[in-house]
Amino acid sequence: MKSIAELQALRDKAREKMTVREGSHDGTRVVVGMATCGIAAGARPVLKAFTEEIEKRHLGHVAVVQTGCIGMCQFEPIVEVIAPGKEKVTYGKVTPEMVAKIVTDHLVNGNPVAEYTVANLMK
Amino acid sequence: MRELSLNVLDIAQNSIAAAATLVTIEIEEAMGMLTIRIGDNGRGMTNEQLEQIRDPFYTTRKTRRVGMGIPLFRMAAEMAGGSLAIESEVGVGTTVTARFGLDHIDRMPLGDMVGTMDTLIRLNPGIDFLYRHTVDERSFELDTRSLREVLDGVPLSEPDIMDWIDANLTEGIQSLGSNA
Ligand SMILES: Nc1ncnc2c1ncn2[C@@H]1O[C@H](COP(=O)(O)OP(=O)(O)OP(=O)(O)O)[C@@H](O)[C@H]1O
Ligand code: FES
Ligand SMILES: [Mg+2]
Repeated sequence: MKSIAELQALRDKAREKMTVREGSHDGTRVVVGMATCGIAAGARPVLKAFTEEIEKRHLGHVAVVQTGCIGMCQFEPIVEVIAPGKEKVTYGKVTPEMVAKIVTDHLVNGNPVAEYTVANLMK
Repeated sequence: MRELSLNVLDIAQNSIAAAATLVTIEIEEAMGMLTIRIGDNGRGMTNEQLEQIRDPFYTTRKTRRVGMGIPLFRMAAEMAGGSLAIESEVGVGTTVTARFGLDHIDRMPLGDMVGTMDTLIRLNPGIDFLYRHTVDERSFELDTRSLREVLDGVPLSEPDIMDWIDANLTEGIQSLGSNA
């Protein structure tokens, strides 16, 4: 069984890492729609893929957050990427398989993945 | 919804939207029934709202008229020989209880409750969650309030801490021998 002693050790380790990372958040946000239609369309695994990929690539400046209805059910799961000083980019019908590319191209290199955007889906 | 754990995630979103600071999720398997209860200490509903919520075309949201979350959960329960009940009091909170025939062929599987709890805990740093799962007389519980005491200011959402929480939930639920 996972023990409390283990949790205490992880706490101490996390505390050290946190002081190193401090102040790294720059306001970049990955916003996942978590209304009923978003959840039914597969938002939960998409969100998990984003947190895993962002942890793997040590993108401490990016926060993954949720929102309710975005008002475009037909494009759920919807993910918005909001970076400071840039226009918001809205991705639609996102699957876990698409996440690595969005993280690499958009979050790391600053190039939105045009083909995954809602704007492209509406064409 | 393909699994009931997704309904749980969705119904818990209502609690979060109602500004709850504590959300309790209870799963109980006993005497041929599966009971899922989501309780919160959020703003609650008036009797009028409670009546309207029985009407599937009701929502207080402005962007869209139809609320889907509760009707879908009710349908899943009724399809499986069960029912859904809502208790609520303004300023006190709300409890949604769904019952299912455990062995009913039309019952959706409970599915990935670890994934649902992980998502809820990770995304809602300001909210506490209590998960309690009971199978017959065996019981498992995870309470973020006691975890926070141990963590002493370190956020639950730290990757290593979340991994510990997921492993704890996985082991705990497995040890119950759940049939859901
Ligand atoms: N725990 C709760 N506390 C307070 N009000 C609630 C709660 N659960 C539901 N309600 C009220 O009932 C309404 C209907 O809920 P329901 O989940 O069916 O739809 P919704 O949340 O409005 O939309 P959707 O679930 O489709 O995203 C909500 O808009 C809210 O006003
Ligand atoms: S209900 Fe589907 S996007 Fe709002
Ligand atoms: Mg809802």
